[in-house]
Amino acid sequence: MSILIDATTPVILQGFTGDKATFHAKEMIEYGTKVVGGVTPGKGGQTHLDRPVFNTVKDAVKATGAEASLAFVPPPYAADALMEAADAGLRLVCIITDGIPAQDMMRVKRYLRRYPKPKRTTVVGPNCAGIISAGKAMLGIMPSNIYIPGNVGVVSRSGTLGYEAGAQMKALGIGITTSVGIGGDPINGSSFLDHLILFEEDPETKAVIMIGEIGGPQESEAAKWVKENMTKPVVGYVAGLTAPKGRRMGHAGAIISAEGDSASEKAEIMKSYGLFVAPSAAELGSTVALALSRAG
Amino acid sequence: MDIHEYQAKELLSGFGVAVPPGGVAYSPEQAVYVATELGGWHWAIKAQIHAGGRGKAGGVKLCRTYHEVAAAAKAMLGATLATNQTGPAGKVVHRLYVEKAESFVRQLYLGFVLDRKVERIRVIASAEGGMEIEEIALSRPETILQELVDPAVGLQAFQARELAFGLGLNIKQVSQAVTTIMGCYRAFRDLDATMVEINPLVVTKDNRVLALDAKMSFDDNAMFRRPRVTEMRDSAEEDPREAQAAEFGLNYVGLSGDIGCIINGAGLAMATMDMIKHAGGEPANFLDVGGGASPERVAAAFNLVLSDQNVKAILVNIFAGINRCDWVAQGVVQAAKSLRVPLVVRLAGTNVEEGRRIVRDCGLPIITADTLAEAAHKVVAASRGGDVK
Repeated sequence: MSILIDATTPVILQGFTGDKATFHAKEMIEYGTKVVGGVTPGKGGQTHLDRPVFNTVKDAVKATGAEASLAFVPPPYAADALMEAADAGLRLVCIITDGIPAQDMMRVKRYLRRYPKPKRTTVVGPNCAGIISAGKAMLGIMPSNIYIPGNVGVVSRSGTLGYEAGAQMKALGIGITTSVGIGGDPINGSSFLDHLILFEEDPETKAVIMIGEIGGPQESEAAKWVKENMTKPVVGYVAGLTAPKGRRMGHAGAIISAEGDSASEKAEIMKSYGLFVAPSAAELGSTVALALSRAG
Repeated sequence: MDIHEYQAKELLSGFGVAVPPGGVAYSPEQAVYVATELGGWHWAIKAQIHAGGRGKAGGVKLCRTYHEVAAAAKAMLGATLATNQTGPAGKVVHRLYVEKAESFVRQLYLGFVLDRKVERIRVIASAEGGMEIEEIALSRPETILQELVDPAVGLQAFQARELAFGLGLNIKQVSQAVTTIMGCYRAFRDLDATMVEINPLVVTKDNRVLALDAKMSFDDNAMFRRPRVTEMRDSAEEDPREAQAAEFGLNYVGLSGDIGCIINGAGLAMATMDMIKHAGGEPANFLDVGGGASPERVAAAFNLVLSDQNVKAILVNIFAGINRCDWVAQGVVQAAKSLRVPLVVRLAGTNVEEGRRIVRDCGLPIITADTLAEAAHKVVAASRGGDVK
């Protein structure tokens, strides 16, 4: 098992015919992902990478039975693409795009609530590296060879720090079920908590690592849930101990602006809720190994 | 992105928010002229910098004669103003705002923020204006009123009325306060702000409700559709290195240490800085080269990092996903040819073997590392002139 995607999930790409989407679609197909087509408005009826192109997401869903989408859409049009995917009934949309206005994401999140929970689309991202279920399917832009199949779930705000975790674990012979990048924006489609719930339900996942950073309340909220509900060990890490207050550190969401936003505060909160906190980014893999040894 | 008080007032008054009459001045002569144009006998001369806390730091002067206006303007322009928000270095004042001074009977607080937890715009008001909201929250939390805005329909007039009555305003004042609250909300929404703060919002003896101060910050990600706001950018308020970085699509934040950092990905960059500290060093900067790090971009990154004279060693840490290690390596080798400080390079991810080969075979004294921990320890040792080979 894995969460969100596996080798049987029919996937489309929004913005399919663009250069970046084409490059990553090829990588995804090579990895074994079931890419069934894509959407580029105005190019419906054409074929791209031997797969059909549609004008609308609804057309694509109708013709291919797609359940998930990877969106490569520029920031001004990204919110529209996400709402289109939700309206077409996709179960999952992962959006890589960096630079989407925060108020657009606020409206997207409100729009998703039009649908009752069982039918509600899960949005992963924006400003993320995507999702990979090791050995099964990839919905993203990560270097797939740094992950081996195993029993650890990874959820990370940062893409490259997620890679770092994957590589350190691989070096210790530890594999993953699924790695999810939730993205570095202030408002994300889904949170640490959303994915912790899925990992808790996934029988194959034995432990989880969540990799956070400065800014926002998400890490603390998730840690509290871990303490109250989670039966599996969780490793936590928060980047940005050296980040000064009030300065935006690359990610739109990485800014210490309120109490509880700093890395040290978040790490303390994680510890107080019983998470295994990795003392540094070089000890992500070894802390996971420690947590696994306690998982029994 | 931040703007000046006078610019925020100009924008907000376009949305129906009442502000005292005023004008901008770049010289004492202009300040006096604005005062004569405004008329009256009391003017506030306000230093325009991108930071709050100006009043307590001497950045606001009340003047009663043109002579006082000229003297205040002369003293402020070109001077460095250090407030509790600028840090000890302070900021140089290049612009003044000359405003007709209003006497008032009450000072209120009105703020709008994008609340990340509930993912909505939150309106905050308090009858205890004039001090910072953090201070109000500590000393008079019971005076704080809040409303959340449903993004599907926007702020409703009844919510603004509830706030206005909650502030203890009379009916004449309430209608003006509602106009102000609704105006600020529309400005927030239509200009992609992330923060609007009116502190204080004052009530005058004759029942007028006026924004005496105004602060606005905007979402950098939305500036592609807000040309009117981007015109208000004041490059004098920005760190020149950060502005230069932005031109090359790099994210740079200067810090006070001596180890320069060039890293891809914001999270890995922060984690690497933390590792340097963990290893006993201090990072000189945050720098995210982003995806698609071309040789030009890498070269620009080196120039930026080296423009900081404190830098004693540089660490390049690339975990390539979209990037490819071989491209990055070529850029690094190019830039390293004329380097004055030790360089530690750690490559991982896509095409790592080829990337490492390029660095190894280039014939330059580049120190390599395979892991994050190794890279951090080597660069800290190198910055102290130690032998790390």
